[in-house]
Amino acid sequence: MSALLIRDLQLAFRAGGGFGLGLAFFLIVTVMVPFSVGPNSATLSVIAPGVLWLGALLACLLSLDRLLALDWEDGTLDLLATAPLPLEGVLSIKSLAHWLTTGLPLVLAAPLLGVLLNLPTQGFLWITLSLLIGTPALSVIGTFGAALTVGLKRGGLLLSLLVMPLYVPTLIFGAEVARRGAEGMAVETPLLMLAGITLGTIALLPFASAAVLRVNLR
Amino acid sequence: MSIWEYANPKKFLATSERVLPTLWVLSGALIVGGLIWGFFFTPDDYRQGSTVKIIYLHVPAALMAINAWFMMLVASLIWVIRRHHVSALAAKAAAPVGVVMTLIALVTGAIWGQPMWGTWWAWDPRLTSFLVLFLFYLGYIALWEAIDNPDTAADLTSILCLVGSVFAVLSRYAVNFWNQGLHQGASLSLDKEENVADIFAFPLYACMAGFGLLFLVLVLYRTGTEIRVRRMAALIQRERMAADA
Amino acid sequence: MPVLEGLNFTLSAGEALVLRGPNGIGKTTLLRTLAGLQAPSAGEILCDRDALAYAGHADGLKLTLTVAENLTFWAKVFGGGTIETALEAFNLGGLRDRAAGGLSAGQKRRLSLARLTVTGREIWILDEPTVSLDAASVQLFAQAIRAHLAAGGAAIMATHIDLGVEGRLLDLAPFKAKLPEIDADDGGFL
Repeated sequence: MSALLIRDLQLAFRAGGGFGLGLAFFLIVTVMVPFSVGPNSATLSVIAPGVLWLGALLACLLSLDRLLALDWEDGTLDLLATAPLPLEGVLSIKSLAHWLTTGLPLVLAAPLLGVLLNLPTQGFLWITLSLLIGTPALSVIGTFGAALTVGLKRGGLLLSLLVMPLYVPTLIFGAEVARRGAEGMAVETPLLMLAGITLGTIALLPFASAAVLRVNLR
Repeated sequence: MSIWEYANPKKFLATSERVLPTLWVLSGALIVGGLIWGFFFTPDDYRQGSTVKIIYLHVPAALMAINAWFMMLVASLIWVIRRHHVSALAAKAAAPVGVVMTLIALVTGAIWGQPMWGTWWAWDPRLTSFLVLFLFYLGYIALWEAIDNPDTAADLTSILCLVGSVFAVLSRYAVNFWNQGLHQGASLSLDKEENVADIFAFPLYACMAGFGLLFLVLVLYRTGTEIRVRRMAALIQRERMAADA
Repeated sequence: MPVLEGLNFTLSAGEALVLRGPNGIGKTTLLRTLAGLQAPSAGEILCDRDALAYAGHADGLKLTLTVAENLTFWAKVFGGGTIETALEAFNLGGLRDRAAGGLSAGQKRRLSLARLTVTGREIWILDEPTVSLDAASVQLFAQAIRAHLAAGGAAIMATHIDLGVEGRLLDLAPFKAKLPEIDADDGGFL
């Protein structure tokens, strides 16, 4: 298992691995927002938590089609499926690698981008914390979507269509934590719900992902 | 005599062809009757005026929008557990009907909302949930369309339906939490004392029964079509095998 | 639609089985079914799933990793074992620190076959293993197979080349599935 994680991280960091693309996308989306809604800092400070969450979600989404497609194309998935690792474990590791290379950098970058959007001071802690708790769910749900569409040519758009509705609860609770935090309101309830969703998806969704991947491998 | 006998495509086709004409007539009569009764023979509401009468389209459509998804969930479970092809095809057949019902509920809701709330659309929990449900339907249908092998498609879509149902319920709670709302409470419910008055309710019951039957009719009809499509594909493939041999 | 039917064979330790048959007869399907990637529509397979190692059409290599890294990964996945003997057996020692993306098609194929020896599995399932190999490489591969069989392993492969390995031939043509009956009232669609 650890060998798989190390290999996935190596692949991501080597040339052409796509590490940093999601981060760059997050930066560019955030920079485009003031161009579209105007430079008024009061407006920006109100929408900042939501924009950061949406940007992180889209950056995550765009990196999903590489999550399994590369291993599918070169036949590695066939070999992994016949290897002594349980497929559920393989997919959990893949989600973890995706989170480490995509989600975690987004979490770390969010406060910096918050400065650009005039995020209120008390909001920095909560945007970081809510993304830290919420982005693992985005990776795990995304792995399910990637496993569903892995065998399809031009699966990219379909992947977005399938995964976006599944992201709704995570986005609502995550952005709610960040928004309430920025406005200085109580955040416990949405924070607990967000953590619940993340833990629930980590625990259960790999079984569904493995089931659909087995179907796609036949 | 077991219910699973109807999982045989031929038996299913034969039976559904026998009952379909009756069901067509019954659902048509209930809907037309209920709508005429509701539109022309009920008084205007003292607060909402005649706009309230759109309830006879709005509520039955919304009811069937949710029940269609529920039926797809049950059919998907039957496919996953018992591997009856007809069940998977029925789930496939129900999705477009469900999506149209959702669309009717959304559009009639907007038409009703305009005079009542002064806006076509508000991010009210119920409205938002239906919009999310609409997105779930779209994803489900798109996945069916994207996959060539029918068994693979049936497997993948049924698991998507199971996972999607969990997330749809989660979304419903999330949306409730996220915004309190404008939408009035349920017009009909079993445990509440205060419902719409009987004079409005009876035509509503008729419309709801009519829409339920209409859904059943459309799903039976479309499932029959899907079965014939599968049968044709099987015949073509057999033909090809015969040519190879 | 069934592909093959009435097929029945056993494979004992130290034995190689070579599948023959025209394109499209179902060699790949049979091998994938044996490997556990898909379920048979009827019948059963009696074998220890933890003794199988599968090598399909695709090489399963990561082009940005080196030859040694690719092999080490699979060695770890299958529970450790050194990669040195495998590198040597397929004459890859000189390429060990070369990125797999820089290898020729034949060298990649050798690397993907070397993967089999690091798995430590007894039964090799090989789908067209000799594609893009030159004559010398085919000899290396045949030697590896012989060594594997001598050590008590077994192999089942689909190939059109005569490897010079002692093995049974199994022609799949007689087992081609017959046309399914129309109007069989079995719940199918015909």
